[in-house]
Amino acid sequence: MKNGDFTLNRRHTLGLMGAAGLVAAVPGFGPRAAFAQDAPSGQVIVGFSQEPTVFNPHLPHIEVDEGIHYAIFDPLFDVDTDGTFYPLLATEVPTIENGGISPDGLEWRITLRDDVKWHDGEPFTAEDVKFTLELLNNPDFRAWRRVGTELVRDITVVSPTEITWRLDQAYAPFAAILASTFILPKHAFDGVDPNEAPFNNAPIGTGAFKWKNRISGDHIELAANADYFGDGPYLETVVIKYIPDMTVMYTQFKSGDIDVIALQWISPDHYEEARNLPDRVVEIVGSPFFESIQFNMERPQFKDPAVRQALYLALDKPSIIEALYYGVPPETETFMPQESYYYNPDLPKHEFSIEKANALLDEAGWARGADGVREKDGVRLAFKNSTTAGNELREQVQQFVQQVWKEIGVEIEISNLPPAVMWGDYWSMGQYDTTLVGLSVLAGPDPDCSDFFRSDASPALGGTGQNYWAYANPEVDTLLAEGASLFSPEERLPIYLRLQEIIRDDLPFLPIYQYAVIPGYKTGLEGYAPNINNRIDTWNLRSWRWT
Amino acid sequence: MARYLLSRLGQSIVLLVLVSLIGFFVLNLAPGGPLSQFALTPGMTRDELDRIAEQMGLNRPLVIQYAEWFWRLLQGDWGNSFRDGRPVLEIIGDHLFATLLLMGTSMALSIVIGVWIGVRSAMRAGSFFDYASTVFAMVALSIPTFWFGLVAIYVFSLWLGWLPAGNMYNIGDGSFGDYAIHLVMPSIVLALVNVAIWSRYMRSATLDVLGQDFIRTAHAKGLTSRRIVFKHIMGNTLVPMIALTGLQLPSLLGGALVTETVFTWPGMGRLLLDSLGYNDYPVIMGLLMFSALMVIFSNLLADILVALVDPRIRLE
Repeated sequence: MKNGDFTLNRRHTLGLMGAAGLVAAVPGFGPRAAFAQDAPSGQVIVGFSQEPTVFNPHLPHIEVDEGIHYAIFDPLFDVDTDGTFYPLLATEVPTIENGGISPDGLEWRITLRDDVKWHDGEPFTAEDVKFTLELLNNPDFRAWRRVGTELVRDITVVSPTEITWRLDQAYAPFAAILASTFILPKHAFDGVDPNEAPFNNAPIGTGAFKWKNRISGDHIELAANADYFGDGPYLETVVIKYIPDMTVMYTQFKSGDIDVIALQWISPDHYEEARNLPDRVVEIVGSPFFESIQFNMERPQFKDPAVRQALYLALDKPSIIEALYYGVPPETETFMPQESYYYNPDLPKHEFSIEKANALLDEAGWARGADGVREKDGVRLAFKNSTTAGNELREQVQQFVQQVWKEIGVEIEISNLPPAVMWGDYWSMGQYDTTLVGLSVLAGPDPDCSDFFRSDASPALGGTGQNYWAYANPEVDTLLAEGASLFSPEERLPIYLRLQEIIRDDLPFLPIYQYAVIPGYKTGLEGYAPNINNRIDTWNLRSWRWT
Repeated sequence: MARYLLSRLGQSIVLLVLVSLIGFFVLNLAPGGPLSQFALTPGMTRDELDRIAEQMGLNRPLVIQYAEWFWRLLQGDWGNSFRDGRPVLEIIGDHLFATLLLMGTSMALSIVIGVWIGVRSAMRAGSFFDYASTVFAMVALSIPTFWFGLVAIYVFSLWLGWLPAGNMYNIGDGSFGDYAIHLVMPSIVLALVNVAIWSRYMRSATLDVLGQDFIRTAHAKGLTSRRIVFKHIMGNTLVPMIALTGLQLPSLLGGALVTETVFTWPGMGRLLLDSLGYNDYPVIMGLLMFSALMVIFSNLLADILVALVDPRIRLE
């Protein structure tokens, strides 16, 4: 070969390929260099009907704010659609098998990636993880959630890529809590009050998208993070658009002004039309919330299980769902969403039968009085049902139920209150008789619902928790304690299946339907995947792309 | 003049303090608060909510909260939003341009068209034009803006595809033409009601003037209709016009709640609606004071202009 004259013959080609192979084998130069992805391209406009305003993920916020958090930040690991944990900032998900968690569940050791940079170029280290966990326990910081993280002690930074800590008690839901704990950069908070740091309006994360711009009251622009450590992002820009009215948002979805219609999605009355729109994909997706009529178990009427069962028999669920909700949300017998790994599909199916309800009450000694209302031992089956005032659909449900229950000798008085009053002391201190409410007793993918069903978790009875219906069952207490202390899903499954059986039997609430939402997006957008384990559509924004 | 201005200033201050007092206490008396949106957040406990309320100073007696707010206001600090923590003045400033653009355009349209219709109807009282414009005014005043806006979007955006379905501009664009085409529908929908108001008002104001003797004299003198209209009639209807403009001026910066919602226009009206929904007290109080200031200023301006224009009126 002459100088300056480079020709590729077979030997040289093989040599070059060998060299490339060597380079690929060096950690850090591996798959990323060998399979370089195309530069991110394209723009997606996502419509939300509420405005994200809180950009520090650990300040009190609502669902819609998380839409931004998922794009800008990463947690140590997250949960995908079928409940499996996958690592993000950590190199692997800590388990008992791989030594990340000690067998007693108390000692945790996490190894972190070494190739992660913050959006401002600073390297991500274990100091940032320590800072985030300590921030949550800082009493002067307005943390939105301390459950789980308040158990963390002795956080030690072993090296920039390794961190350990100890939990005060074995708490299985901690993994799920970590999965929704976004890591913040320590250096952005040096010397500032975290409640008012400039970071809160110009967040810096490790995520697939960088904060670009915000027009308050209108939209937020995010730009691709070209140095993202993981797979993605494929889009160059993401615009989060705020459209306050759902009808207007749906119209803009139809006209193509927005590409994805996210929270609060399409309303059931538009579903028929929406699913037939050309070039749009519209689906019904389950949500972790369920609608039910809840009993205040301290009221004398509801202490008799026959009453609760009879009321369930007299609840015309199919009609409610068909007529008022256009058949969109699925019926349910439990508080567990159908998409969850822990869902019990074998619970007894609800039956609507006025005759059986009447027979049950007759048998239990509830005789009809002169005014048609049943009573027994001086207690009349007459009580109030309350919900958020102004929710027309719920008001129709109440009127419907009131009508049907008259046939079994039960009289309900509809007494609705504005949300702030209804869900204040009236509900949490057990001043209500029954409510009509949409609730989620799960916090993320973890099935632990102790806070809602443990007998000592009722504020009205002097406990701390969210057991607002004063439900008490000793077997449930035992199951809950056991479930929360085990770490393996296979071991926990039978516990939560049995739990659902007992609660279905006890009926502290009458489950009506599981909430379903109706998201939609333009044909050609890939990557959108509903995830029951995360609260918002943009949980995997890094994977979205146009085809 | 100076004495007049001074006394008006004194009145205005008293008025502003009263407005702020009433506004503040009524706002806090309404059930709920800035934290009620978090009540149903999974994982949020009562203790947590109480602690956050404590840290935000929401548990202190109302009088103390008001006094602190007022004291800071006097020093130019309008407070920070409970939602995103930004200064209230900055947030209001952000929305100012959008509001001015929409309201300014629609007001200009409605004045020009409304005055023309009103004067013409009065000059041709009893004609088909007069009758048609009366019917039009009644219909325009009765149509709910929300419905009309959605119908307009349906026809012009979805069906014909001529105009965009909302927003102020296309993200990434932002040229003059882009803003202009987005302005067409919302400003016309908004102008509709005002055109009706202006046309009725001008019609009756013009009829008033037409009935005067000096108009008959002008006709007798042989002046052309055009000269009569522009010199004599318009001159005399200027006073009621200024009065009406003064009344409508505050909405120039107050925005239009419904139209802004339907057309996804990020203006002050929507800011108020959003803040009310989330009980964002600092922003609500800020908007309240802002609109009170606008009302006071507009009235003052109208009074002065009227006095300037009409030599018969003296300020005192």
